Order: sequence, then structure tokens, then C-alpha cells
Amino acid sequence: MDALAAAETLPRSAVSAGTRTKVTARDINVFYGEKHALKDVSVSVPDRGVMSFIGPSGCGKTTFLRCINRMNDTIPICRVTGRLAIDGQDIYDPALDVVQLRARVGMVFQKPNPFPKSIFENVAYGPRIHGFARSRTDLEEIVMTSLERAGLLKEVEDRLNDPGTSLSGGQQQRLCIARAIAVGPEVILMDEPCSALDPIATARIEELIDELKQNFCIIIVTHSMQQAARVSQRTAFFHLGVLVEEGTTADMFTNPIDQRTRDYITGRIG
Amino acid sequence: MTDVTMSRMPYPNRRVDVSPAAVQARVRARYRAETRFRAYGLAALVITTVFVAVLIADVMTRGVPAFWQHSLALDVPVGAEIVAPAGKTDATTIRGADYYLLTRRVLDTAIPGIEGRNAQKLLTRLLSIGAADALRERLVAEPSLIGTTVKAQLLLSDDADLYFKGSETGISTRPMRGIATPSGTSGEVTVLTSANDFADALVLIKQGLASRAERLRGEASRLELFGGTAVAGRVTELRNEAQALQERVDLPKVEEALDDRIPSLLVAINGGLVKITKIKDIAVTGDVLLPLKSTAEAGPGAWKLVTYETPESNRKVSDQEVAFLERFRELGAVQRSFNWRFLTAGDSREPELAGIRGALVGTALTLFVTLVLCLPMGVMGAIYLEEFAPKNRVTDLIEVNINNLAAVPSIVFGLLGLAVFLNFLGLPRSAPLVGGITLALLVLPTIIIASRAALKAVPPSIKEAALGVGASHQQAVFHHVLPLAMPGIMTGTIIGMAHALGETAPLLMIGMIAFIVDVPKSFTEAATVLPVQIYLWSDLPEAAFQAKTAAAIIVLLVFLFLMNGLAIWLRKKFERRW
Repeated sequence: MDALAAAETLPRSAVSAGTRTKVTARDINVFYGEKHALKDVSVSVPDRGVMSFIGPSGCGKTTFLRCINRMNDTIPICRVTGRLAIDGQDIYDPALDVVQLRARVGMVFQKPNPFPKSIFENVAYGPRIHGFARSRTDLEEIVMTSLERAGLLKEVEDRLNDPGTSLSGGQQQRLCIARAIAVGPEVILMDEPCSALDPIATARIEELIDELKQNFCIIIVTHSMQQAARVSQRTAFFHLGVLVEEGTTADMFTNPIDQRTRDYITGRIG
Repeated sequence: MTDVTMSRMPYPNRRVDVSPAAVQARVRARYRAETRFRAYGLAALVITTVFVAVLIADVMTRGVPAFWQHSLALDVPVGAEIVAPAGKTDATTIRGADYYLLTRRVLDTAIPGIEGRNAQKLLTRLLSIGAADALRERLVAEPSLIGTTVKAQLLLSDDADLYFKGSETGISTRPMRGIATPSGTSGEVTVLTSANDFADALVLIKQGLASRAERLRGEASRLELFGGTAVAGRVTELRNEAQALQERVDLPKVEEALDDRIPSLLVAINGGLVKITKIKDIAVTGDVLLPLKSTAEAGPGAWKLVTYETPESNRKVSDQEVAFLERFRELGAVQRSFNWRFLTAGDSREPELAGIRGALVGTALTLFVTLVLCLPMGVMGAIYLEEFAPKNRVTDLIEVNINNLAAVPSIVFGLLGLAVFLNFLGLPRSAPLVGGITLALLVLPTIIIASRAALKAVPPSIKEAALGVGASHQQAVFHHVLPLAMPGIMTGTIIGMAHALGETAPLLMIGMIAFIVDVPKSFTEAATVLPVQIYLWSDLPEAAFQAKTAAAIIVLLVFLFLMNGLAIWLRKKFERRW
């Protein structure tokens, strides 16, 4: 498995020694009916770190993100070709159980969407359906731990039976993160998680991402280059369905190679 | 100024008048249009409300009288030899006794002295056939009452009941001035008076005859004008009749004979009642309806002239019956009570004994079958079509046909029920089971369509969130989408049920038109439902059934309001904001 990872390492990137590659994509093409949305995307995402996908609107970064947990399967006209592997295992293998995959790869959406159930139920639903908790106490422990790690426990511990929708926007998003963490994923996908939030809530979530990166592989799609710069270690730039450039965040922002990258970062496009 | 205003507009080349006056005028025109629209909406609402109010008022005024009934409260000496012959006091003997004898005795005691088979028959027929039912059940429960006198309520027949509800005739009385002498106490008698007491009545009679002649002449000329040769015979008939009447009026005859087409005149004297058949100004001849106590003279003011204002031929109750009923009223025996029988008894050919219990139970059983069948099928079908069905031509075809089925006339479902369930499958006719299945098919498209709309209305973000956490498609739908769609599904279901509650045509086709007396106890016994019961009653000739039809409609409307109220309450309770 390590050989495969090594073979798929892109030449320019400086993946630090000891950091495994978690997600590998090679020649991914996505078609919405006739429309060719993603063209030959190949990238490696390292474990225990944050990688951000940046690019102008409609460039395909959310489409690529949704390929990683096969959410595009819910769209009937969407067709994906190429190889996408997590820990070396092809996730588009017909023998693979999609439901299990989505327990390993969690997702946080752009607009906070807690279930219209209680806060406890929101977090407990995932572990319950996957059978991770054998008793009520186990379940409670999982819920409490997840809320703690999402930085929400102190604010809600005395009102766990209140509906999830009664929280503020920032709290709801943290609840969604807690919900994603509760099923014990290895990868967390975040699709513009802060775009609907105010700056203070955004800051809190970014803090949270910083803590979480120690244990998870986090991929975040973001419109804000400043956020990418603050939060991620590696960055990939997408433009018109093509992965233009990819590397460490520091390199990308100070010394981009491709002209398109340069234009985007300096604000001339996008 | 033009430059400034033009630079504000996005299309500086358009010639739009932006002077303040023009802008104001346009704004005002907009507000006027809005006010007009609001007025139309309000008018529509008012018209609808007026119609609904008129409907409800009409049904209420017709139907509320049916909830009250009149009975005679009399002392009934329970003769042991009739009710418990040979000393046996078990239920069968008591129930099998001849209560007709008992009630006849009671009536004879209340109004003694009635001779003549006709009059006696009329007296006993004032009571309902089931008048002694309540008494009988009391005696079965307490046999110790046999041999004592029991105060019982004897139900009046439908015509007597309607009489006391005030729909038959007005009665006016006038004390007379002279001294009257009756010639006898029963049969045909003559009453002589010392003053010209009957002169006014005589004049009124003549006037009545004259106006009748006028009416006949008018009808004859109308017929002649519009009828042509076919009605020539009738026209001559009418003219002759009018002529005869006119002669009677014109001739200075002193005595007039009364018939049943003019208001009845009677003399109340010495505790009895005489119906006048021939009238002169100082004497009358007539038949005794209520026997007089004696032939003694009655002084001025002690005897009266009674007028029954509606002529006998326009009434359902004859003068004799009115006399009896008024006597009962004077005795204080007439009691009005709530008609519990209406809600607890099954159907009957006698209006005063008819109730809707059978129809209510039949409706409940039928709707239960309908609900049990169409709710799971409808919701599951909707979920499958919405979430799991592959999007191909077959699915499209099914969808189109479901929408078509919702528009099929309900009687077609009745034909289906008749052909398939009764003929082919041999299920029992007129049973709630068959009615329920037929109605379930009728209501199914509505529920499927309403459920699909409710499922579609759930935001897709909820389903995506569930999928993102690793729920399978089925888990996402059943754990998240379905609970959120529940208010809409329940509303659709209850509206469908309310629709089924009022359906008559398909149930007629499967035989629920039969006259069912017993309250059905199972799903396979013959039954009837409330709308069909209303339909059957509306066809019957007895006048009292009109009120009962309206009363049954009131019960049906109450049910509908309750069901719709339940739908609204459930919807509010389960509504969630997301």
C-alpha cells in the first residue's frame, strides 16, 4: 500500500516524511449528462491534515468533493469515471457498500442542516444506525464526546432535548460537525462550512478545524483564500473543471507556478 | 432637471414620463388595483359564506325538530292478567304480552265515552306502534311493578307528533253570547242558541265560498289560455263548480252546509266538542267528537265557537284527531322530550321509531375498513413512487393513471365493486367489508397524490444530511423524510376519509340500499351507511321523515366538521419548522 502511495505522489509537492496519503484520485472525470464538469483530476490528500480546494464559482470543486463520499450517486444523470481510492481501496468498486463508506467519510454542508430532532438525537442518530453503541450509556458517551470535540458541549449540556433547529447558525454548524464526528470517520469533507456564518462563528469553526486536523483527514472547499491560507496545509486550485495546481499552502500563495493560479490569487479572475 | 432624472433611469433612451405627478398617478393606480383585488376576494368570501350560512340555516331549521319528540305521560295500570298471565314473570312472557290492550284501556280512561269504531280507531292510532316499548323494558327489568299503576311515557305517532310541533293548524276560540241548549250528548246533535251567535260565522262561510268560486274561475281562465283543446273538459268542470258555488253564495239561504275545504267550525259546550255540519244563525247541527257531560243549558261565555283555520282537506290530521290531541293537551298529558331513539334505534318504517344507529355503526365499520386498507397502501405507494421507483416509462404511466383515477366518477367504483367483489369473488352483498374495499379504491389516488406532495415538500437538505451520516436510502426516507411529511400525509388522509364518508353512489351499486333494521355487528353483515340512509329517508312519503332526513344530514355534517377539525389539529400539532 505504501508503494502505491509513493507512486502516486505528485513530483512537486513536498509531502513531509511520515504523513500517509489518505485519499488518492487519478484521472477523475465527471459528466452531468452531456456536460463535462470535471476533466482528468488527479490529486493526493494527506492524512491528519487539512487540504483546501479553492477556485472560482462553478469550477467543480464541490463536485469533486462530493465524489469522495459518493454523494453524486444521488444525482441520476451524474457519471463518474476514473479511480478514487481511500487508503488504497477503490471506493467506486461495485462490491463496496456505499453506506459504510459514508460512515468513514463524513460531510458538513454549506448551510447548516441539523435534523429537526433534539440535539441529542441529532448526534446519536449516526452511531445508532451503524450499531456503534450497545447500550444507552454507550450512546450517551459517544454523544457527549462528539459534542465536546466539536466545542459545543458547554453551551448545550443542559438542554440536550431542545430541538437542534433552536440553536444559532454557528452552533448549528458545530452540531453538524459533532454529528459527522460521532460516527467515527477517517475523512471529513467540508463544503464551504462557514459561508453562511458571521466572522466570530467562522473563527470558532476554524479553531475547531485546527484541533480536529490532529485526528482526521479534512478536506475543505472554500471561497475565501484567506480562510484557505489560515486553515489548510495543502491547497488545490480548480478552474473550469480542471485541477490547475496543487501544493503546500505557503507555496501556492507566495509562489504560484501557473498563470491562472496567479491571476486568481491576485484577484484578476474569480 | 430632465438630465438628472434621465441619468437615474437605466434606459435613458426610453421615453418614460418620470415627472412626480405621473409617478404619483401610477402609484395611485397600483394601489387602486390592489384595493379592487382585495374587494373581489372579499366579495367571493362573502358570497360563499352566505351560501354556506343559508345551507346550514335551512338544514338546521328543518332538522332540529326531529331531535324532539312528544309523548303522552299517563298512568298505566299494569294489569297482571295481561302482562304476566298465569303468574309467570320471566322476560319472554312479559315481552310477548299484548300491550295494545293495556294502552287502549289507558286511552279510554283518559278520554271516556268514545263510541263508534271509526273514532275509537283514530284514538288508538294516535299512539305509535312502539308506544309501549319503554314500558315493556321497564317491566322486564322490574317485574315487581306488575299489578301496580306505573306512570309511563307513551310515544305519539308521527302525525300526532308533527301536530304538536305546530305545523298543522291554528286554532281560535270565541266565547258566545247566547244561552245554548244541546239536544244530546253523543252522535248527531243540534245546538240551539238564544242569540244570533252564528251569524258572523255564516257570513264568513259565504265569503269563503265566494273566494273559492273566484279562484276556480281564475284557474279555469288560466287553463283556457294556456291549455288549448286538451283541457277543455276540465275547464268546463271548473266553470260549473264555480257556478254552483256562486249560486250558494248568492241565494239568500239561511242555512249552509260545511265541507272539508273550508275551515272547520266546532262548538265547545259542557265539556264536549261538536263538529258543525250545518249552520244557521241561531242553531247548528253537528257530530259529537268529544262527548258532552250533559244536555244542560250553557250560559253566556260558558260555551265557545272553535275554528280550525286550516281546512280539513289540507291537513294530515282529521278534526276528530285534532279534538283528541287538544283534549290531551288540556289534560296536561303531552310531554316533549329529547329524541334519544333517533340516536339509539335502527331504521324503521314508522318515522317516530326510526333512528340512525344502524347507519352510524355501518358507517364506522365501513370507514374502518377503508382506513385500514388505503392508509398503508397509499403512503407506501407514494413513498415508493417518490423515492425508490426508477424513472422510466412504466413509472410515468403509473403516475398518469393515478391522476386519472382520482378523477373517475365514484359510481364507476361501485360498478367495479359489483362486478369483481360481489359477482366474481362472491363477497356478501351490502357488507361493510365490500363497501370499505370499494371506498378504499376510491380514496387511494387522493391519498397517494397528497402523500407525494407532502414528501416532495420536505427539503432535500435533510435527506442529504442523513445520507451524509451513512444512512441507507430507505433509512433516510423512513427516519427523516417521512416524519416531516406526516402532517401533510395525515391531512390528505383525513380529507380522503371525509370524502369517503359522504359517498353514496358506489355504495348504492353494491347493494347498501336495502332496508336494514338491525344494527350490524360484524364486517360481513348487511349494513347501511349514513348518506344512503339519508337518501332512502328522503324518498319516503311520511311527512315526519323530512325532518328526520334533515336531522341525519345534521349528524353527517357534525361528523365531517369533527373529522376536518381533527385534521387541522393534527397538522398543527405535528408541524415542524426546519
